[in-house]
Amino acid sequence: MKHDDSTRGGVGAFKPSRRQFVTGLATGGLALGLGLVRMPASAGVPARRGAVLLTGTEFDLSIGASPVNFTGRTRPAVTVNGTLPAPTLRWREGDTVTVRVANRLRDASSIHWHGILLPSNMDGVPGLSFNGIAPGETFQYRFELKQSGTYWYHSHSMFQEQAGLYGALIVDPREPPPYAFDREHVVLLSDWTDLDPAALFRRMKKMPEHDNYYQRTLVDFVRDARRDGLAETLEDRGMWGRMRMTPTDISDINAHTYTYLLNGTAPAGNWTGLFRPGEKVLLRFINGSAMTYFDVRIPGLKMTVVAADGQYIHPVSVDEFRIAVAETFDVIVEPAGQDAFTIFAQDMGRTGHARGTLAVRDGLEAPVPARDPRPLLTMSDMGHDMGGHGAHKGMEGGCGAAMMEGGCGASMGHGAHGAAEKAPKHPAGEAGNPLVDMQSSATEPRLDDPGIGLRGNGRKVLTYGDMRSLFDDPDGREPGRTVELHLTGHMEKFAWSFDGIPFAGAEPLRLNYGERMRIVLVNDTMMQHPIHLHGVWSDLENADGEFQLRKHTIDMPPGTRRSYRVRADALGRWAYHCHLLYHMEAGMMREVRIEA
Amino acid sequence: MKTSSPSPHRLAVALGLALGLAAPAWAQHEGHAAEPAKVDRSAADHSSMDHSKMDHSSEDHSKMDHSSMDHSSTDHSSMDHSKMDHAGMDHAQHAAPAADGKVDHAAMGHGHASADAAPREPIPPVTPADLAAAFPAIDHHAMQHAPAVNHKVTFNRLEAWDGDHGTGQAWEGIAWIGTDTDRVWLRSEGEREGGHTESADLEVLYGRSVSPWWDVVAGVRHDFKPGDARSWAAFGVQGMAPYRFEVSATAYVGESGQVAANVEAEYTLRITNRLILQPLVEAEFSAKDEPGHGTGSGLNTVEAGLRLRYEVTRRFAPYVGVVHERSFGDTADYRRAEGERSRDTRVVAGVRLWF
Repeated sequence: MKHDDSTRGGVGAFKPSRRQFVTGLATGGLALGLGLVRMPASAGVPARRGAVLLTGTEFDLSIGASPVNFTGRTRPAVTVNGTLPAPTLRWREGDTVTVRVANRLRDASSIHWHGILLPSNMDGVPGLSFNGIAPGETFQYRFELKQSGTYWYHSHSMFQEQAGLYGALIVDPREPPPYAFDREHVVLLSDWTDLDPAALFRRMKKMPEHDNYYQRTLVDFVRDARRDGLAETLEDRGMWGRMRMTPTDISDINAHTYTYLLNGTAPAGNWTGLFRPGEKVLLRFINGSAMTYFDVRIPGLKMTVVAADGQYIHPVSVDEFRIAVAETFDVIVEPAGQDAFTIFAQDMGRTGHARGTLAVRDGLEAPVPARDPRPLLTMSDMGHDMGGHGAHKGMEGGCGAAMMEGGCGASMGHGAHGAAEKAPKHPAGEAGNPLVDMQSSATEPRLDDPGIGLRGNGRKVLTYGDMRSLFDDPDGREPGRTVELHLTGHMEKFAWSFDGIPFAGAEPLRLNYGERMRIVLVNDTMMQHPIHLHGVWSDLENADGEFQLRKHTIDMPPGTRRSYRVRADALGRWAYHCHLLYHMEAGMMREVRIEA
Repeated sequence: MKTSSPSPHRLAVALGLALGLAAPAWAQHEGHAAEPAKVDRSAADHSSMDHSKMDHSSEDHSKMDHSSMDHSSTDHSSMDHSKMDHAGMDHAQHAAPAADGKVDHAAMGHGHASADAAPREPIPPVTPADLAAAFPAIDHHAMQHAPAVNHKVTFNRLEAWDGDHGTGQAWEGIAWIGTDTDRVWLRSEGEREGGHTESADLEVLYGRSVSPWWDVVAGVRHDFKPGDARSWAAFGVQGMAPYRFEVSATAYVGESGQVAANVEAEYTLRITNRLILQPLVEAEFSAKDEPGHGTGSGLNTVEAGLRLRYEVTRRFAPYVGVVHERSFGDTADYRRAEGERSRDTRVVAGVRLWF
């Protein structure tokens, strides 16, 4: 097994673009070629593109500010050892690693090792696991690696992750993996903004729909009325109008703000990973975005998914997968018959894409597919099924599906007809809560649903239902208790929470050391949320409540109810949050406290 | 009367100043749920469990219904039989010596271990070092949060007209500062005609969200014009009605005992995602006849506007529009007596912006 890794960078042909902002600069990224940034001597092998690779058991990382240029404007980024993305760290299962992290910023900083099992005081969450790393200080992380696989690391301080502080983390297994490959590349996807991330947060608070330039218009109305009839179109618009929501709210922030990066390279830069025809190539996909879900495919290649969130799964062959923020998927491809293949990662809202190339040599390109049509959310997507009721009877009157308005609130679920068993009980914190604008009335796990925008697209799309851990439930116990939490929010105010209670006002969720418990999540919002629990695994259950898939981040599409088992074998105070950075900062976070 | 007329510019400055003054009130740090870690040992402490003392002999396994077990779905290929200790199993007595963690029913693929059973992977005992590492002394302010207090200033209308009856300018601005549910609102509206400020007011309101879509507001309103300056107590609601109509309704009680009301509704109709038609209707009522201020009792005025804006950016949108204003009853009479018209239609051009 060769560690060819992402230090290889191809010099992409520069193709001037009408929307340079979206496609970025070919020569963008860290202005290394311009000599603006000098690599520290300890930083390993500098790459023209992609991440620097660092291996061993002792590491010195330096968090600092560096100028970058992805869009034609030079902007400040938060970097590690002067690079964006941060260096790829390559560790070995069973080793004890020491990482000294120096903070050269003017603000406090931190590094969280996403998905790594470690003592709480090494987890890197300021205020829960440690005090953060003050400006000018160095913090020493030291822990033993109890696992292997593909992970990542990022800042857990304010908006530094958005500003560039993220990198790949690979833990090589002690035992050979249950699959063979000849070569590997890290494919780290992320979203870059020229805006100050704090200003972007303030903008979200002022106008959450800022980037939604896809709202339905009078023009659309005329088109739909001709196609579907006036009555039906009016009814459809009325339904959304009564809820005061819009079916084009797929993502909060899209390519109107972001330039999507693949290994720190904008689409025009065309990051290139090399292969020789006939080789099996392991691609370690990591979504290190702040806010962006990607739908990834490599036209012309089947992808065999062999690991999810660093953990082996029964291999499953797909054409495409959706990767939630913070998830990782390891896939094996066998490129042959062409000299170049495009890695195409369009955002879930179909506003932009990240792109790279697998090629036999640098400088090659394959066609870049057009983005898929933009999807519209349906009432069914949001868990507002009408049960067996057929027509839209239940929507009549001023009382929409689960609008939070006096008189027709929680109990007025449409599930009352025929889908009563799906109708969730809503927590008290949601009742009469001005920051909860919606409740789902008919939720299901929907593990076999490829998700909005991916259904029936003619491609085999990975679903959670397709993935099973290669191992049996490592704990084996039935959960001793169940805690149900609802994901809640208010679109217009960009307020997010669990059970209607934002982090600032929430009590910790207390777990007893050693217990096996079950968390049931219900998504009461129209947005999709990747939920990450620090410190312990999230063992996703199948629809029958049995162990299915070990993960660190559970994706929660709107209208879903999903359950997972937690083995509380790590003492301490752990962060539990939506991994959409701005949702977390807006309150969708809890402390989970595992006590002896 | 002209001397006290604030220009739109001065009002905007006042709005900004008031915002700046209001900010510190909210800037106080919100308390964290930061009580020290409680150690609850009441629950099973597995670390100190001595499994050897577990007595399974009293369990009645005879009631186990093995017929319901579905072996067809069991994946025996993944079973690790090497760890099964058959020697110790006494099926005759159904006393499973499972507690050593090597053998339990779950591991055999025969079903699930209950929550009380021992896990396949043993839970490591907790050492004092573990406890210290897990609950270190932490400065709870180490966790920085995104600001809970935010603000927005919108000039919904900054416009001018040049009609048959002279030129004029008008503004309508709204600003808020506060949390998601508690905000200070500033609203200001005014009109100048032929270089004279005809009307100008500023409202300072505290607003609290009472539902996802509605805020109740209460505060004061100061009229610089028309007539002598005067102040009102204001109470109202504002929010988003079904179908996304933005609505506000406010009642005012004046120093003189006058009671007035203002109702406003506005809608955003997208022709495209940048070309936006904004219909707006505003009506004013007074309880008492007040010739000095030019208002009669009952419905005073209704203003209907239709403005077509192009959002060059979200924050900056020039527009053109047509506005029709009509006064009723005594209000109309007073206006006619002043040489004004009781009905007026004008074409306006302006800009909508927020920051």
